[in-house]
Amino acid sequence: MKVNDLILQTVTTLLSFIIIIFSVYLFFAGHYTPGGGFIGGLMTSAALVLLLLAFDIKTIRKIFPFNFMTVAAAGLLISILTGVAAMFFDVPYLTHTFGYVELPILGETALASTLIFDLGVYLVVVGIAMTIIQTIGESE
Amino acid sequence: MTETINIFIGIVVLLGSLLSLVTTIGLIRLPDVYTRSHAASKSATLGVLLILVGALLYFWFADNYFSARLVLGIVFVFITAPVAGHLISRAAYYTNVPLWGETVQDDLKTKERPKTKKEVEKRQKVHTEA
Repeated sequence: MKVNDLILQTVTTLLSFIIIIFSVYLFFAGHYTPGGGFIGGLMTSAALVLLLLAFDIKTIRKIFPFNFMTVAAAGLLISILTGVAAMFFDVPYLTHTFGYVELPILGETALASTLIFDLGVYLVVVGIAMTIIQTIGESE
Repeated sequence: MTETINIFIGIVVLLGSLLSLVTTIGLIRLPDVYTRSHAASKSATLGVLLILVGALLYFWFADNYFSARLVLGIVFVFITAPVAGHLISRAAYYTNVPLWGETVQDDLKTKERPKTKKEVEKRQKVHTEA
């Protein structure tokens, strides 16, 4: 007898969007309110794990066709490069700055270069969490 | 923030916590998994929703701050809690958790339950491996 997962799959397709959007919100909110790269990355991987629970591992691999080990490596590289980039401006390694930029819809927004560092943290967390879960899930 | 709103928010939050209390009493007193899941998924959901609505209204009227995260939380709990209850009861039924002794009707018996002894053993084996 094949198990019918219709309710779980329908709800998952709806909820994974909510979770991913909330994780992106947490990622951008990190500078002024609670949030940041770590918790945002964990929540994104939680949404991916929910998808893994509702569908099988092959379907998820088709939707997200990248190796999560590479994602973690790319995140580390981004974080290091933001630190190194500071050295080109004659300031110590990992010095960060911010400025006010006119954005098309949002108007005047304070953009900090720590956001790019946080993006690196985000990618590392997503990559490592998904690598751990997929590795454990695959070993029969 | 007027006195009427104050009293209204107080009633909403108290009602929510009362429903959560009813949930725990139901979890202790009801006889089997299915009736317990019935108590837990319904009244706990409404209890949490009412408390969140109370918090939303409080911050709206006291601090003039409309928290979109609380609205999102309300929608999220409203969608997920019944599905969680459904999945738990279904998993219990598939692993042959017995119904309450005085149950009179079991419509899924012919469809979902394993019929032969061999099937029961096979399913229990799958269950223990998982």
